[in-house]
Amino acid sequence: MGGWWWVVAALVLLALVGLYLSMTAGRLDRLHRRIDNSHHSLDMQLLRRSALVLDMTASGVFDPATAVVLADSAHGARAASEEDVVARGLAESDLTRVLVEAIPDAQEADDLREAAPDPTMLDDLRSTCVRVQLSRRFHNDAVRACRQVRRQRLVRWLSLAGHTPWPETVEMDDTPPPGLTAR
Amino acid sequence: MKIGIVCPYAWDVPGGVQAHVRDQAETLIDMGHTVSVITPVEDPDTLPPYAVDGGRPRSVPYNGSVARLTFGVKATSRVRRWIREGNFDVLHVHEPLAPSLGVLACWAARGPIVATVHSSIERSRVLVTGYYLAQTALEKISALIAVSEHARRTIVDHLGGDAVLIPNGVRVDHYEDAVPLREWPGPAIGFLGRMDEPRKGLPILLEAFAVIRARIPQATLVLIGPGDPDEVLSDVPAELRQGIVSLGRLDEADKARALASLDAYVAPNTGGESFGIVLLEAMAAGAPVVASDLDAFARVLDGGRCGALFPVGDAPALAAVVTDLLANGEERARLVAAGSRRVKAYDWRSVAHDLLDVYASVTAGQHGVTEDLRGQIVGRLARRRTDQGQGS
Repeated sequence: MGGWWWVVAALVLLALVGLYLSMTAGRLDRLHRRIDNSHHSLDMQLLRRSALVLDMTASGVFDPATAVVLADSAHGARAASEEDVVARGLAESDLTRVLVEAIPDAQEADDLREAAPDPTMLDDLRSTCVRVQLSRRFHNDAVRACRQVRRQRLVRWLSLAGHTPWPETVEMDDTPPPGLTAR
Repeated sequence: MKIGIVCPYAWDVPGGVQAHVRDQAETLIDMGHTVSVITPVEDPDTLPPYAVDGGRPRSVPYNGSVARLTFGVKATSRVRRWIREGNFDVLHVHEPLAPSLGVLACWAARGPIVATVHSSIERSRVLVTGYYLAQTALEKISALIAVSEHARRTIVDHLGGDAVLIPNGVRVDHYEDAVPLREWPGPAIGFLGRMDEPRKGLPILLEAFAVIRARIPQATLVLIGPGDPDEVLSDVPAELRQGIVSLGRLDEADKARALASLDAYVAPNTGGESFGIVLLEAMAAGAPVVASDLDAFARVLDGGRCGALFPVGDAPALAAVVTDLLANGEERARLVAAGSRRVKAYDWRSVAHDLLDVYASVTAGQHGVTEDLRGQIVGRLARRRTDQGQGS
């Protein structure tokens, strides 16, 4: 009798552990998917930002000197989009800093709006810069949530995450140009 | 953009979250977006055309009070159908920690989900509600929004992660053109809120009104909001009682018109306010505001530049501030002008732009919201059958 008891108890325990592991694996799957999506969104916003800047420099919105510097860093950002996360972060930060210098205040933004062939260009740039900032924040939040689960002992020992690489946050300066966000 | 919004509380019961969802939906529709709201509702006939019945609410104790929430098998299948048929680009869940339609929607959907946290919740309560269950829903949310610094702290301290701060909005267009409800015999002072709730501070205003009326005999006190005036005013002397008018609970349009008829709107609250949306409504309607110096109120009034402040609970100080204000037309005009400038930042039209930025940053490159069938063995089989049925 006593022997059966133990077998039943062991089976129940095993079933519980199995359930826990499968739920955790499900959680990890959800989190990895979220990271893929947030990274993809951030990628799209960054590409959109550099494309917009190139568009604006080509259409004579900025003075020639600013246009050269902006176009150069926008090209740099696009070239780095295929590189590793650190190199890309540096290139995108460069573009951010040049943009901040180019549109330092609301006065400058108004002047540029007048020079632009299409005044909505500046609004597009504003929302894209804000969206870059938001996307990066949401992405890094997803990475942090995922890392928390992946640090758990059981997850590491049983390598529940499979071959999915360790999630990396994206580090860059994403301050939108002050001239565009001032209301 | 196709936006699906989930409201956790009964549509036909007045409340801050419900009002927020309504204003959000209507503003986005005005801007040309397609919006569908799913919400618990007592009487489905009261729903506007953009809202879908999510089931009857049940009364359950939640977060320190009794809330009317909807859950269960029937609600789950309604939410799933709504997601399946909605083809939304983004799902916006309000109060994702309330055990209601919001959590069900998070479980039922995959794709870009945005959630707004309105109230602050203590960790112990989150644990009681089932931390693990909440976690499985929260982990699917791509972007968290908090309506106040208070709500943001809840997220940072108890749930991990951060939230974007997007404050509550006011439909300024509904208030700025409001025609005054009626002419009052003299300068009118207004109060808005539950008369019998001590934290709303009506007793302080009544005490101050006795002093005000001694100096300005034609002054009228206008009470707007639910509660039995005979009971609340039972201690008020008959002579003073003549100067008090109770309008009872008013609908949105009449509330705006009542606020527009005031020479001073007074918020004598003693605590428990986290935001002060009423102050913004009064400012939008063009009423000069006098408020107790609670943190939330001082912040909305920009430290006193857009309205007069008095120390919390100090009736003599309130009386002095109001009497001065009623005697000084120039100061009233200045406060009204400052108020209408101030309220622009909280206009739903600008709040909606912030929301759209959040939507865009989670939907870029995504393929919209679909039903999540993982863990749904029965649902998956049933779906396969219907898909085959449609295919043939």
